[in-house]
Amino acid sequence: MKTLRRNALSGYSWLMLVFLYLPILILVLYSFNDSRINATWTGFTWKWYVSLFENRQVMQALMNSMTIGVISSVIATVLGTAAALAVKHYSLRWSNIFNGLMYLPIVIPEIMMGLAMLVLFSQVHMELGKVTLILAHVTFSMPYVMVIISGRLADMGKELEEASQDLGATPWETLRYVTLPLIMPGIIAGFLMAFTLSLDDFIISFFVAGPNSTTLPLYIYGLVKRGVSPEVNALSTLLIVSTVLLVVVAEIFRRKDSKNNQSIF
Amino acid sequence: MGALFVLPMLMIAILSFLKRGTYGQVVYEFTLNNYIRIFDPLYGQIFGDTLVVAVLTTVFSILCGYPLAYYISRLEKSTQQIWLLLVMIPFWINFLVRSYAWVIILRSQGVINTFLQSLGIISEPLPLLYNSGSVLLGMVYTLMPFMVLPIYVSLEQMDRRKLEAAYDLGATPWKAFWHVTLPMTKTGVVTGSILVFVSSIGMFVVPDVMGGAKSALIGNVIQNQFLSARDWPFGSALSIVLMLLSMLLILLYFRATKASETKEESA
Repeated sequence: MKTLRRNALSGYSWLMLVFLYLPILILVLYSFNDSRINATWTGFTWKWYVSLFENRQVMQALMNSMTIGVISSVIATVLGTAAALAVKHYSLRWSNIFNGLMYLPIVIPEIMMGLAMLVLFSQVHMELGKVTLILAHVTFSMPYVMVIISGRLADMGKELEEASQDLGATPWETLRYVTLPLIMPGIIAGFLMAFTLSLDDFIISFFVAGPNSTTLPLYIYGLVKRGVSPEVNALSTLLIVSTVLLVVVAEIFRRKDSKNNQSIF
Repeated sequence: MGALFVLPMLMIAILSFLKRGTYGQVVYEFTLNNYIRIFDPLYGQIFGDTLVVAVLTTVFSILCGYPLAYYISRLEKSTQQIWLLLVMIPFWINFLVRSYAWVIILRSQGVINTFLQSLGIISEPLPLLYNSGSVLLGMVYTLMPFMVLPIYVSLEQMDRRKLEAAYDLGATPWKAFWHVTLPMTKTGVVTGSILVFVSSIGMFVVPDVMGGAKSALIGNVIQNQFLSARDWPFGSALSIVLMLLSMLLILLYFRATKASETKEESA
């Protein structure tokens, strides 16, 4: 009876995993399907990938995504690290309020954030484009960077920094030679996380992108709306693969020599 | 940075009391018309639909997610980590891409219909896509990880000794689950429900891609007011109401669970 129940639960959980992955696997599989309109498998082909790389709009969208991703995640990492250090070192009365404000973008529906950004940019008469995209991406990804680095800082404890100061290091030296190297895996994980979020974001970008700053997800949306073409499958597959890779690498860095080391690898 | 977010929210609140000009610009003149317009039965209907979908999404996410979280929490530590990562990975994949994956499966020339037709089971494609069922499916599919993780965390933090005590006192596994495990993991269920509910109430991507023209939810209406109809004040009023509504429901939820918790403690 007990094993039966356990088997049922295990079977159910595997089924849920299939439910989570099957659509994604089918999407990937059909990006190699020769047939243009039907779901019938008519043979293996690379042609949708080839036509993607020959498509100038796609390459432009890729370039936009990369530029916005790199710039916004560098800014988000710098600001997020500074914010995490500030919250840790100055236990001001404002610290809690500041913390609350930082986490706000994580819990508010994305559509609200997109709208809020759009309204703000239009009120200060900023033309929608790459700059507004970067500003928006920095805003939504910075809290995640901060969460990761705060976790890392909490793991680290205060002893090493105090030892460094006892040995006569200036606060700058302590930061440069003790704190930063110690939280480096967190910083890299935060950067990768911010980059993934930026590369992947659709909803907020949808509101703050200008006509000449289409990113990959926005381009995919256009294709999906215009009707299903196998190129969407190929493009989606590329986005899936890069997201998964980035998340796994970020996860490795986050777990790397973490105090409560529960590495999965 | 927080200010960069709070400030625009205030702007939306102000905007919701202003007028729309003939060319879609904002006229700086106070009005309550945007809010009065929300009481139009058309929008009432859409708000109602949105709430129904959000509630159903939350319920199905609990039903699907709880057993999975329970299973993961009973595994060996190292296996747990792998399962958690496996549950998290789809969650990182783009919403849009994941909804679109279902389009390939469900559309009339999609995987299921083609398969059934080739077997001769059906002669005409089944209308699997572009209805409220497919929207619900897409919502549960994309939001379920939000439910699994918090429930897993509370199952992990649970004091297992209480469960053993229940067994020692002769409880059946079902009784032990119902009277010990479930109440003790309520926090996880509440947190997960809030995350799923708040996300589904503002969702426009899934209904847009999987719902077709008929099943517009409030998120789609807001998106339209801002990007197509260019009626920013009305769109703002709708989103303010949406936000107040979700905040109110979250508050009620917290109240309810807190009340039942204190009742338990005093009992």
